[in-house]
Amino acid sequence: MMEPLLDVKELTMDFGGLRALDKVSLQVLPGEIVALIGPNGAGKTTFFNCITGIYKPTGGDVFVTPPGKKQRRISGMKTHRVTAQGMARTFQNIRLFPEMTVLENVMIGRHCRSRVGVLGAILRDGTTRREEKDIVDTSYAILEKMGLAEEVNELAKNLPYGDQRRLEIARAMATGPFLLLLDEPAAGMNPRETDALEELIRRICKEDNIAVLMIEHDMRIVMSISSRIYVLDYGRMIAAGTSVEIMENPVVIKAYLGEEEIEDDKCS
Amino acid sequence: MNAFAQIRQSLIIALWFMFLTFPILAVRVNTIEKVVEWRWPNMIYVGIGSFLISFVWRYFLERKAQGGKQGTHTALLGEATVQAMTVATPSVQATTATEVTPAGQAGAQTAKAPATATGKPFMQRIMAEPRLYRPVLMVLSLFGLAFPFLPFASTYQINIVTNALLYIMLGLGLNIVVGLAGLLHLGYVAFYAVGAYSYALLYYHFGIGFWVALPIGALFAAIFGIILGFPVLRLRGDYLAIVTLGFAEITRLVLENWNGFSFGPSGIAGIPRPGLFGMEMDLHQVTIYIYFLMIALCLFTIFVVNRLQNSRIGRAWVALREDEVACEAMGVDPTMAKLTAFALGSTWAGLAGVVFAAKTTFVNPASFTFLESAMILSIVVLGGMGSIVGVIIGAFILILLPEYLRAFSEYRMLLFGLIMVVMMIFRPQGIIVGIRQIYEFKKASAKEGNRQ
Amino acid sequence: MFLGGLTRGSIYALIALGYTMVYGIIELINFAHGEIYMIGAFTALIVSSVLAFAGMSGLSVLFLAASVAIIYSAAYGFTVEKIAYKPLRQAPRLSPLISAIGMSIFLQNYVMLAQTSDFLPFPNLLPELTFLERYGLKIGSSEFIILLTTAVSMVLLMLLIKFTKMGKAMRATAQDRNMAMLVGVDVNRTISYTFIIGSVLAAVGGVLIASHIGRINFYIGFIAGIKAFTAAVLGGIGSIPGAVLGAFILGWTESFATGYVSSDYEDVFAFVLLVLILIVRPSGLLGRSTVQKV
Repeated sequence: MMEPLLDVKELTMDFGGLRALDKVSLQVLPGEIVALIGPNGAGKTTFFNCITGIYKPTGGDVFVTPPGKKQRRISGMKTHRVTAQGMARTFQNIRLFPEMTVLENVMIGRHCRSRVGVLGAILRDGTTRREEKDIVDTSYAILEKMGLAEEVNELAKNLPYGDQRRLEIARAMATGPFLLLLDEPAAGMNPRETDALEELIRRICKEDNIAVLMIEHDMRIVMSISSRIYVLDYGRMIAAGTSVEIMENPVVIKAYLGEEEIEDDKCS
Repeated sequence: MNAFAQIRQSLIIALWFMFLTFPILAVRVNTIEKVVEWRWPNMIYVGIGSFLISFVWRYFLERKAQGGKQGTHTALLGEATVQAMTVATPSVQATTATEVTPAGQAGAQTAKAPATATGKPFMQRIMAEPRLYRPVLMVLSLFGLAFPFLPFASTYQINIVTNALLYIMLGLGLNIVVGLAGLLHLGYVAFYAVGAYSYALLYYHFGIGFWVALPIGALFAAIFGIILGFPVLRLRGDYLAIVTLGFAEITRLVLENWNGFSFGPSGIAGIPRPGLFGMEMDLHQVTIYIYFLMIALCLFTIFVVNRLQNSRIGRAWVALREDEVACEAMGVDPTMAKLTAFALGSTWAGLAGVVFAAKTTFVNPASFTFLESAMILSIVVLGGMGSIVGVIIGAFILILLPEYLRAFSEYRMLLFGLIMVVMMIFRPQGIIVGIRQIYEFKKASAKEGNRQ
Repeated sequence: MFLGGLTRGSIYALIALGYTMVYGIIELINFAHGEIYMIGAFTALIVSSVLAFAGMSGLSVLFLAASVAIIYSAAYGFTVEKIAYKPLRQAPRLSPLISAIGMSIFLQNYVMLAQTSDFLPFPNLLPELTFLERYGLKIGSSEFIILLTTAVSMVLLMLLIKFTKMGKAMRATAQDRNMAMLVGVDVNRTISYTFIIGSVLAAVGGVLIASHIGRINFYIGFIAGIKAFTAAVLGGIGSIPGAVLGAFILGWTESFATGYVSSDYEDVFAFVLLVLILIVRPSGLLGRSTVQKV
């Protein structure tokens, strides 16, 4: 019953002689918000790249089980197919489409959920117009939910940083995913913005039934919203568990070298 | 930089250029008569010219450095409204641009945005005001229709304009590949050649007439485009450019050397002009006929390109251009997008090629050099990548102007090169910035009210 | 044929080095590089003609013409970089590429209009080496000189890159421009220097080949440029030994192909090779394929 949405088995990634990921296993169950943490250079973004098909992993398997469908193997699948399966991501360094408007950025997300081709584009028949309207409406709704509806026609590159991050999430949402991969969504945000982000992610998870796997360095948000945490260090998974378990795990503490102690101070 | 420093720098620059150009400009060697020709006055021109130009150049470079974010808003207005007019649908008015002003957005700021460097703010202001551009458009249309019948419109004149129209079509086609999809295509002329030679050979071997050859030529070009598309799929910008260049040169060289197939450098002659229900027409009448034919084809091209730009596939292309990795991550299949871009782009070149063959009744490989590709590219670059109006204006400037300024026609290519460099430095977006569709939303619900 | 290939390869190598160095340092395909080569040849022609009409002859003409050609090519290379490429260092890749094409077209027409579009005969400035007479059939004077010059230039270049301060700066900037800046490398000067060295080599190539073939016109830069570029890509663009390797492979391929297959299609081989290499192995023979960071 609780078939994991994402099931990664012993994922390995080698770049020439460098082993970036070493038999990493991870699962995300429906309704969860899972965090992937670890020191810089641990291989977290590489992990994302591997499961989304940007890199071809040298070993291991990746399975997804879209809700209501059968499990399928996506290792080695091309990125756009992975997204079509229902796993969408954001990027560590924001990769929006700068010369497109906010709305259009989100509309791109609908690409894999729409079908009209060249002929339809030229003829603008009924089906095409309906689909276009549908794309626009859906995108607008997402933007409203993210609080970006005011800036619909603004070019993405002109948005302030916080809005750009939210736009990236909106865009990923538009692909109709069942699992959202967020790569450091809170990077560069002040505490107030981070709280808002927290709220947003919770809402997405609850209301839209989208599970979240998030890479993060900001321990506050990690501890606050994740049901489970995985810890990666030098390409290896060194710990997995609930936030309490992780906080007290000596291996993790060692990997971060004292960061946890500082964290304790903040919490009290 | 204070005035004195500026003058000093300009003096140094002037002297440098005089030194630099001395052998090539000031000395001409006549090896036959064993005589050296000294052209000292050239040095004076160079000196003074570079002195003055350096001031202008420096000024614009400084402007550019300060430009930054301001420039990006420029003409967010213009194209949106123009798009409405060029497709001439009676539906929703082009109210968007000036009226969509949710809290300081697109509309408000840009109407008076200062143009950066060598732009045409005047032009964009005209396009922004429906009251202004409608009459302009009407006048232009009337003129376009009446042109061939005006007294000064000799066969030669009409031919020139028809030529410009051909380039408009080529420019718009290349715009799909370069402007929208961002694939730097340096070999566009190859598809032009495919279209032209298709008609020539089809007629030569099978006696196929113009109207039948038109779609066939387009089809062949499209196929050729896909063939070119496959190998370049994984290549990045520069490499893609070089491969397309190589492709075009290979095509030309094959046409030139494979005498059995393409009759080599002498080409194929005697290609018939298009007929009108078998009517007998003299040269002048046929020229007029072809002119209107081209106008029709251009309008068709504009229509299609406009539709493509703001469609699902058009957005996919722009996303591809902006960031290929991100666009793939968002579910767009880059392979299909690229192939489609190549195929569609080539189709127009093919069509234009057939008309070209019919118009000149003669094809040979010399018409399809890399320089031609470069010229079409500069039309797109000059006009503004992704902008239909821009391409049209670019074509008129680069093709018609040299014709009417006969004195400078020798310098045409020189100017081409110069324009490409200058445009890239000061105004890479082109004369008219291609902008994105603006959507209007009623406050109460998310009801889309866009113009098409 | 072997020798012919070697000779061709040498010339391509001299030009290809310029391409590969510039690409290595600013990731730009300097389309105008072929024109620098052409300008070198033209300058040499002009100088040698003037000297000839003034009554001079012999080795001194060669050295003077070559020196002036080198100086001027370097000057043009330097100027082109400052005008057309430097302002575009931060721009997306398309812009400097188009600018380079524009510059190439501009320079071609500049020379054509200022001089002539005809082919101009180029005097053979290279001295006749009498000691080679025995090998008359195997190797001619000019070929020998070309090979020798190329070899010497290679060695000098390698020494420069490896041992001089500027050479180190070039390597550093090619690897990571920002880091180089942070450790105090004057990036602008280094880039200019790269262009200058490349242009010098191209000029040498220009003078040599013009003497060997006997005539030049404003268009030779384009064809030679494409071929040299092919060579650079073949060997791995950004790699100096790669450029040389690629150049010789291309030279031999052309030689043998035109000998055995057909001379009409001579130029096609370069293009076909170029397209094939870019499709099959874009990083070239000696290049390293870089993984794109996401």
